[in-house]
Amino acid sequence: MSLIRKLQPERSSEQDEPSRFEETILPHLDAAYNLARWLTRNDQDAEDMVQEACLRAFKSFDGFYGVQAKAWLLTIVRNTCYTWLGKNRTHDLSTSFDEDLHQAESQAPDPQMLLLRFEDHQALQQALEELPAEFREVLILRELEGLSYKEIADVTGIPPGTVMSRLARARGRLKLSLAARMNKER
Amino acid sequence: MLIDGYVDGELDPIRNREIEQHFQTCPACSTVFDSHRVLRTALRTGSLYRTAPLALRNRVRSSFKPTPTRKSLMGLPQWRWVAVAASLAFVSVLTWRVALFLPAETADHLLIEEVTASHVRSLMVSHLVDIPSSDRHVVKPWFTGKLDFAPSVADLTEQGFPLVGGRLDYVNGRAVAGLVYKRREHVINVFLWPSAATVETRPIAHQGYHLVCWTQSGMTHWAISDLNSRELQEFVHLLQNPPSH
Repeated sequence: MSLIRKLQPERSSEQDEPSRFEETILPHLDAAYNLARWLTRNDQDAEDMVQEACLRAFKSFDGFYGVQAKAWLLTIVRNTCYTWLGKNRTHDLSTSFDEDLHQAESQAPDPQMLLLRFEDHQALQQALEELPAEFREVLILRELEGLSYKEIADVTGIPPGTVMSRLARARGRLKLSLAARMNKER
Repeated sequence: MLIDGYVDGELDPIRNREIEQHFQTCPACSTVFDSHRVLRTALRTGSLYRTAPLALRNRVRSSFKPTPTRKSLMGLPQWRWVAVAASLAFVSVLTWRVALFLPAETADHLLIEEVTASHVRSLMVSHLVDIPSSDRHVVKPWFTGKLDFAPSVADLTEQGFPLVGGRLDYVNGRAVAGLVYKRREHVINVFLWPSAATVETRPIAHQGYHLVCWTQSGMTHWAISDLNSRELQEFVHLLQNPPSH
C-alpha cells in the first residue's frame, strides 16, 4: 500500500476515499442496522437493506462533507427500507387510522400498571413491532438513537413542527397497545 | 403533546417551567408524564437495540477494499471506481457464501478484521470491561463458569501496563476472554482462547492499529492497540515471559 502510494502520488487522494468512507460510515453501522431491523422486522432483510444503503451512500459520498454522518446514513437507510417495503410489504406502509384508538390516546393508562407491563420485555418488543412504521420509526430514532427533533425531521422528512405530535401519538399508541394486551390476559 | 416536548427536552426554559407548574395542579398530566418516563426507561433498558452482526460489518468493510491484484492491474484511475462499485455488489454475496472454503490466508485476514472490530467496538460502546479491576486475582476467577478455560492474567503494573479489567467477547466463532490493559492512555485488548494451532509471534498492522498474534500453552492470543508497534511488542514479550513477583 505504502509502496503504491509512493509510486503513484497523484492518486493518493483517491486511494484514501474508501478509508475516508469507512471512517465515516462504520461507526454508524449499528444505528443503520437497528433502524433497518425495526423497519423490516427481519434479520436477513435488515442486513440486505444496510448493504444496499451503504452502496448508495458510497455512490453519493462525493456530495457529503462530513457533517452529521449518522443522520445522513440513517436517511439513506430509511429511504432504502421504504422503497423495499413499498415493493414487498405494501400492507406495512398503509396505516389504518383507528378513530377509537385515536380518541383513547388522551386517556393515559395507569403508569404503575404499565410499569409491570414494560418489564415484560417480550410484550414491549411485540407492541413496538406492531406499531405502524411511521410511529415505530420516530420512537426508534428518539428513544434508541437519541436523535433530536431536528435530526428526526431530517431523517424522516417529516416537517420539524410535526415531530413532537408524531412522537406523542406513537407513545400513546404504544401504551394503549400494552394496556390492551394486559386487559386481554385478564 | 407538550408533555412529549418536555420529556424530550425540546422546549424552551419558559415553557418547561409552565409545564412543571401545570403538573402540580393537574394529576392527569402528571400521570401521563410518569408513564412517559417509565416507557422511556423500558425502551432504553429493554435490550431492544439491534446491533449490526459482525458478519455484516465485515462484509461492508471488505466491500470497500479493492483486492491487491486488482489494484496492481489498474491502468486508469476511473476503472477503480467501477471496480469498487461492482465488487461491492458481489464481494458481499461471495464473502458469506464461500467464507468457509477460503484459503487459510484469507481466513487469517478475516480474523484480523474480527479482532480489530472487537477492539474498536470495545472502545466505542462504553463496554470496555465487564469486570473492572486492576487485581488479577479478581479478574481471573471472574471468568470461571463463563468460559470453558482459565485465561492467564498478568500483573504488569510495575512495567507500566496496568490491568484495567476483563470482558467476555466473541471472536472466531466462540466465546473468548478479553483482557484489557493500558499503556498511558492507550487501551490494549488481549483476546485469548484455547486452540491446537501453533503460530509464531507475528506483528501485524491493520487500519492504524497494531496487532500481535501468538500461541502459548495451548492458547491463541491476539493483542491489539493503537499503541506503537515497539511498545506493543514489549508488552507481548512481558506476557510471554511474566516477571516473577
